[in-house]
Amino acid sequence: MTANRGRWAAWAFLAPVTGYLLAFYAWPLYRNLDLSLREYTVRSFVQGDAPFAGLGNYTKIFGDPTFGPALLHTVVFTGASLLCQFAIGMALAVFFAQHFRLSATLRGLFLVPWLLPLIVSASTWSWMLNSDSGIVNAALGAVGVDPVNWLTSPQWSLTSVIIANVWIGIPFNLVVLYSGLQAIPPEINEAAALDGAGGWQRFWRVTFPLLRPVSAITLLLGLVYTLKVFDIIWIMTRGGPTDASTTFATWSYRLSFGNLLPAFGPGAAVGNLLIVMAFVSGLIYIRIQRRQAA
Amino acid sequence: MISRLKTAAGVVLTAIMLFPVYWMINVSFTKDTDMRASPPHLIPFDATLEGYRAVLDQQLPYLGTSLIVGLGTVLLTVVLAAPAGYSLAKLRPRGGGGLSFVLLIAQMIPGIIMAMGFYAIYLNAGILNSLPGLILADSTIAVPFAVLIFTAFMSGIPDELLQAARMDGATTWRTFVSVALPISRNAVVTVSLFAFLWAWSDFVFASTLDAGGDHQPITLGIYHYIGNNNQQWNAIMATAVIASIPATLLLIVAQRYVAAGVTAGAVKD
Repeated sequence: MTANRGRWAAWAFLAPVTGYLLAFYAWPLYRNLDLSLREYTVRSFVQGDAPFAGLGNYTKIFGDPTFGPALLHTVVFTGASLLCQFAIGMALAVFFAQHFRLSATLRGLFLVPWLLPLIVSASTWSWMLNSDSGIVNAALGAVGVDPVNWLTSPQWSLTSVIIANVWIGIPFNLVVLYSGLQAIPPEINEAAALDGAGGWQRFWRVTFPLLRPVSAITLLLGLVYTLKVFDIIWIMTRGGPTDASTTFATWSYRLSFGNLLPAFGPGAAVGNLLIVMAFVSGLIYIRIQRRQAA
Repeated sequence: MISRLKTAAGVVLTAIMLFPVYWMINVSFTKDTDMRASPPHLIPFDATLEGYRAVLDQQLPYLGTSLIVGLGTVLLTVVLAAPAGYSLAKLRPRGGGGLSFVLLIAQMIPGIIMAMGFYAIYLNAGILNSLPGLILADSTIAVPFAVLIFTAFMSGIPDELLQAARMDGATTWRTFVSVALPISRNAVVTVSLFAFLWAWSDFVFASTLDAGGDHQPITLGIYHYIGNNNQQWNAIMATAVIASIPATLLLIVAQRYVAAGVTAGAVKD
């Protein structure tokens, strides 16, 4: 009797969130799936009587000339961002783990880029990377390098958004890897030092292997977050010039909201491809977490 | 001596990392006429406040909207997530594990996809360009995270404490409100900070669901600025500086909560 009542109470506490998830997660996702399977025009979008198109939108986007570049850019953007964020974050975490004066304060300041609204970071970087008046080209000019059209040339625009994204992602990597380092007992490193291992060797032979679980989680969460990145690219380059920095996220947005004539069906289809990619990385994440727990 | 060298290196690294933030502040004080100076002025020695005057003239309504949206999101998130976290941590219903799993997955759904679904729903429901609609959408960024934080935190409350309240005849709800919730103050603070910050910073939902609204948040204010007058960068950067104030305040007031929130997402409970 009491056990039964306890169970009722438990679910009564969960009911609001469960209802919320159904209404504001499941339903939008369902609507999105429905969008991708129908032939929408602006009129039928409002009236909701668009004809069923099957996988028509999907074959359309697979055949689109933007598909190849968008896939490539999504992979390059995600891979390069992750690698740089992780490497720099790791180096900084090892550095800050040495506990010198002010280390806690400075580490706190490193969080700033991560907390700023993305539109603030993106517009600041836009102005810094401005071809004519940006500080970056001015600095390059001071050491004799020709100005680079960071945001307006197809060769550089993807690099530019990666730089900005790495800057935003470093704090997350630093904080998580730092907390991982704190969990390693200092005696292990001391013992290795007594055995004559140098700093470089200690890092690669002792610290890095011990940090592998935390590293895996950091990288996988980073992967999921980076796949989602839309704001920075859209604000800095709008995916341009001519698709040179278009990823699935910005392509999906442009199809649905960026044109005068919205293409909701294909836009939703691209979005769902992105979900599949995020989902696969999510499953890997959970598998790894399970294996660690076991 | 070596320690002092390390501090110096740390200061240099931090300065490099924060240079864009400095540059934003510097540009916000730069005169229009100096904006395209070559080389750019590294220090605003001939500072102007015209950028900030433009913010006061044009951006205050946007800031007000963002404040309302942020607070609304905090309220909604805490009200939804705190009881759920308590249930998952202490009442442990059958199927609770499945729900936690769903919450974990929910965090991985790209915002742009949610935005498209919301757009379709809001259009039919007639709540596009409304503040409640935006608050609702913004809360989806924070609610899954918030439930997981509350669950992790409330798992640490000793069972004896809750049982004692139960012995005194308190109902489950009463135990939650007068015992569990006050102990979980830190979790409430962490969740509120992040929910506010994410709602304040949101651009995806604002630009899709509220782009034609009478009340638009500050992220759209900046976005329109960039789109409209590409030249007045001191005003754009001044707005950016003001839009960064909540993040800065949070960091100063609650650095340990922020760090805790970052790691809580990554390290399992």
